[in-house]
Amino acid sequence: MATLKDKAAIVGIGSTAFAGRLPESEKTLACRAVLAALEDAGIAPSEVDGFASYTMEETDEVELAKAVGAGDVTFFSKVGYGGGGSCATVAHLAGAVATGQASVGVAWRSRKRGSGPRPWTNTTAQLPTPAQWTRPFGLLRPVDEIGMLARRYMHEYGATRDHFFNVALACRNRANQNPAAMMYERPLTREMYMTARWISEPLCLFDNCLETDGALACVIVSAERARDCRHRPVYVHSAAQGLPAQHHGMVNYWNDDPLTGPAWTAARHLWKQADFGPDDVHVAQIYDAFTPLIPLSLEGYGFCGRGEGAAFTEGGALEIGGRLPLNTAGGGLSEAYVHGFNLINEGVKQLRGASTAQVPDARTCLVTAGEGVPTSALLLRS
Amino acid sequence: MLRPVIDDDGAPFWKYAARGELRVQACAAPACGEPRFPPRPCCPRCGSFDSEWRRMSGRGRIWSFVFPHPPLLPGYAEQAPYNAVVVELLDAPRIRLAGNVVAAPDAPLNSVAPARLRIGAGVRVVFTRDGLPRWRLERA
Repeated sequence: MATLKDKAAIVGIGSTAFAGRLPESEKTLACRAVLAALEDAGIAPSEVDGFASYTMEETDEVELAKAVGAGDVTFFSKVGYGGGGSCATVAHLAGAVATGQASVGVAWRSRKRGSGPRPWTNTTAQLPTPAQWTRPFGLLRPVDEIGMLARRYMHEYGATRDHFFNVALACRNRANQNPAAMMYERPLTREMYMTARWISEPLCLFDNCLETDGALACVIVSAERARDCRHRPVYVHSAAQGLPAQHHGMVNYWNDDPLTGPAWTAARHLWKQADFGPDDVHVAQIYDAFTPLIPLSLEGYGFCGRGEGAAFTEGGALEIGGRLPLNTAGGGLSEAYVHGFNLINEGVKQLRGASTAQVPDARTCLVTAGEGVPTSALLLRS
Repeated sequence: MLRPVIDDDGAPFWKYAARGELRVQACAAPACGEPRFPPRPCCPRCGSFDSEWRRMSGRGRIWSFVFPHPPLLPGYAEQAPYNAVVVELLDAPRIRLAGNVVAAPDAPLNSVAPARLRIGAGVRVVFTRDGLPRWRLERA
C-alpha cells in the first residue's frame, strides 16, 4: 500500500506579529504570512499551485492566489470544524504533492479574533443542529461546553485545578522565552491562577486561550524538491484526521464515553503509519484552546493510559527537560490563538533547531489540531 | 434568552415538551428498539427509518455541571453565575440532556445554591411555561 510517509516536507514558514489588535485586514495579514513563508522557503509565488485552509477562514484561495501572484492552481481544499482542521491542511497538501496534484502547496490561517467579534455572540447565524439541545440552557460558549467535560474528568480521575495549572504554567514559561508571544513579559504564578476570576467554573481565566489578531502560513513540497530549499526539510512522517463513531462535536455528551474524543481516532491512524511511537516523540505541540484538552490529548495520543493525563503533567513533565516538552512557543494559551496554526510553525522551528525554547537535538514532533471537534494531527521529523 | 432553533428531527421532542412530556426518539424496528439522542433520520445501530418517541419517567442523575460567569449573552449575564448541567436519564443511561437545576419550573437559572449540585445527584424533570425542560433535585 502506498503511504504518505516522508514523501512531503514543510520547507517554509511565515507569520505576522501577534497582538490583541492589528490595523490591517485579515486578507492583508494572510498575504503577508504567505509571502513570508515563500521567502523563507526560497520559492517564488508564481510557483504556488496548491492551497489548503480550514473553516472560519475569511480569505478564500481566489483572493489569496491573485494577491500574492500564484500561478495556475491545480489543487485547493478547505477542511471543516474550525481549529480541528489546522493539521489537516498540511496533510491534504502533503497528499497532493506526493501524488502529483500540485508541486508547491501553501496552507494558511489569518484571523482577527483579538479585535473582531467572539463567534458565540452571534445569535442570528443559524446554529448547528446540536445547539438546540444546549444553547437555550446557557451552554453558550466553547468554554462552557469544555468545562462540562472537564468537571466530569476531574470527578472520574481525581484531576485537580493544579493539573490544569501545570499546563497553563508550562505554556506561559515558554512564552516568557519567546519575544513574539503575546505573554512574553507576563509571568504566571500559582497564586495568580488560583485567585483568577471564573469564566465557566471549574475553568478560570488562565484555562482559556488568548484572543489574537495574526496570520501564519507554511509551504509544502515533495521530499525531492525539499532538498533544494533554504532550510533543513521537516518531513511529514504521518498525518491523520479523526471523526469518531457517534461523535457530536464539542458537545460530545451523547455517546458511550464522552471523555474519549477525536484524538483517539486520529492517534490510531497516526501511529499505524509511523516508524516510531509516543515514547520517541521529543517535543509536542498540542492544541490548547483550554487547559483540560492537554490531559485528554495526552491520553488520546498514547503518552499515558486512560485517566492518567492529569498525573502526567506533574513534576515538570511538560517543561523543557521534562518527559514531553509542550507548546514550546507558548501555544494558544500564551503565544497566540490563531486556531492552532502557530503550533505547526513551532513544530517546524523545533526540528530546524531554531525555537526560542529549543529542545536539544529534537528530531520528532507531534502537532495536533483542536480536540473535542473533528480533529487532525501530524508527526513531523527532521 | 435563547429559544431552541428547532430542526425537522428535533421538532417532536419540543412538541411533547410543550405538553409536559419528556420523550426520546427510539428505533421502532421490532428487533432493535435502540433509543438515540440527538434525534436523527435513521437508526445508527440497524439502519431502520422507523422511529417512535418513547416516554421517559423523567428521572435522572447529574452527569456534570458548570457555572458560567460573564461575559455572556444578555438574559444569561443577569442570572450569572447560574448552573448548566448534563443529566443522564435513569431509563436510558446513555441519553444525556443538557439543562438547568432550578427550585421551581419557572424559577431563575440561579435559584438553587451552587453547593447543592453534585455529580450523581438525583433529579426529576419539570417544564417551564414555554415548554423547556428543567430539573429539580430529588432531595429538595
